[in-house]
Amino acid sequence: MIFNEEFETLPREALEALQLKRLKQVVERVYHTVGFYKTAFDEADVTPDDIRTLDDLRRLPFTTKQDLRDNYPFGLFAVPMSSIVRLHASSGTTGKPTVVGYTKRDIETWAELMARSFVAAGLTKNDMIQNSYGYGLFTGGLGAHYGAEKLGASVVPMSGGSTKKQLMILQDFGPTAICCTPSYALYLAEQGEEMGIDVRSLKLRVGILGAEPWSEQIRREIENRLGITALDIYGLSEIIGPGVAMECIEGRNGLHVFEDNFIVETINPETGEVMPNGETGELVFTTLTKEAFPLVRFRTRDLAHLMREPCICGRTLTRMARVSGRTDDMLIIRGVNVFPSQIESVLLAIEGLEPHYQLIVDRKDNLDSLEVRVEVSETIFSDEIRELQNLERRIARDIKDYIGVSVDVKLVEPKSLQRFEGKAERVVDNRNI
Amino acid sequence: MKVDQISIFLENKPGGLEHVTRVLKDADINIRALSLADTADFGILRLIVNDTNAAEQALNAEGFTVKRSPVVVVEVPDRPGGLHSILEILGKRGVNVEYSYAFVDRSGENALIIFRFNRTDEAIEALLENGFTVLPGERVYRL
Repeated sequence: MIFNEEFETLPREALEALQLKRLKQVVERVYHTVGFYKTAFDEADVTPDDIRTLDDLRRLPFTTKQDLRDNYPFGLFAVPMSSIVRLHASSGTTGKPTVVGYTKRDIETWAELMARSFVAAGLTKNDMIQNSYGYGLFTGGLGAHYGAEKLGASVVPMSGGSTKKQLMILQDFGPTAICCTPSYALYLAEQGEEMGIDVRSLKLRVGILGAEPWSEQIRREIENRLGITALDIYGLSEIIGPGVAMECIEGRNGLHVFEDNFIVETINPETGEVMPNGETGELVFTTLTKEAFPLVRFRTRDLAHLMREPCICGRTLTRMARVSGRTDDMLIIRGVNVFPSQIESVLLAIEGLEPHYQLIVDRKDNLDSLEVRVEVSETIFSDEIRELQNLERRIARDIKDYIGVSVDVKLVEPKSLQRFEGKAERVVDNRNI
Repeated sequence: MKVDQISIFLENKPGGLEHVTRVLKDADINIRALSLADTADFGILRLIVNDTNAAEQALNAEGFTVKRSPVVVVEVPDRPGGLHSILEILGKRGVNVEYSYAFVDRSGENALIIFRFNRTDEAIEALLENGFTVLPGERVYRL
């Protein structure tokens, strides 16, 4: 089933012609309305008139997360605030988050993309969708919500947490689909089993899972334990939120990128060269239909390869493989983006603490855990246990306030952590994703 | 009247305590009194030794984090109620005991209690006023 037959099955030639037309419009618009782009294009010695074919996209400079940070909060917006009806934000590597904005039409565009995603998962307006993505500044919750309503399905806006309640709703309301992270799906299965619930006999048929990387192995486990089909959804707030690409239930082999709204490229992260079809590179997106926050060649730092072969579902949209890694050191802990540098800045802000630390990431009972090991130094060592414990608690509290994730803090002996000559490798990730 | 105590941070793993005692042995240091306080994650080893400076030096050289804290060593009458009489005095003065541990002097006649107080000077004053024997450092190190 396809939500928007016309646009999701456009013959390639027509699709690419549409992309080119929209690309020209976007480039023209950002050149004249967003100072950052005018400067960037001028420096790259390219003007909107130079875009005559889709290949000319390569002449345009990249946009990075740092550019968004440098223009915090609203420097890259292409419309006045009076036209913005929604603001969302996403983790920054240090300090401030990156902010994105939406006009009324952008919200409708986004809702349609999510509706397309739900239909690609085999859902109709007769389905009930439990939305366990976090509602708030993160784009997951509200993104899925509006898409489900657009489709006409019945949404249960659960947001994250309250697992016992989630399980009660799964039994009593009988939703047929669930939106959450893959690790949360496993966690629900496990908690349900522990409570004596036969989770396989729930009315759940489909899981629309994303916001963190997951393997085929994990997919099989989720499908077995919950008795559902588990599909991958991809997105990032900078591009629009969830709904940039979605796996189809017919093919289950790669995620269709909604190319009438986005141009996708894969590049060599070192050289910026565009990779050929099938070779892994960094995903780069150009938005074609967003009004408030258009982005040209945004580097996602996610690694994947593209598949342009036709899919059995009938969609002519290019597929991206599952994201296989990052070009940076970002971690995803329980669905939340965490940069080690954020933790470092919290530690540096605590008087007397030296930034000799290590992050141990693990997955216990299907929930990600993060242990922050910090070396004790002369300055912070207190003879009193209470003070050291207070210090541990304070570190944990400051980290939680800053990045929104609860961590375990362990004080360790001085000089017991590895010292590095070059770039410090502070993260030990024991998860087998 | 204050006695120097050394505290050492130890992770909760095998061999930590052995390492410390090896360092002290190699430096020819004699431990007078010892207490090991633990939490789930780490422990603090508290020692009174016969040569605090040498011990600190030796431990620092081995990479240990060492802190010196002033404690008070009090002779306790070795009979029921001995400890109570001390704590009663301190309680009246509003002095708090942060931690405490005990050992016995060589003559075996007195119990010696090591206290860490939140208000050390006041505690010493109160104890002396009430006729308790507070041992000076030099005596403790040589016991």
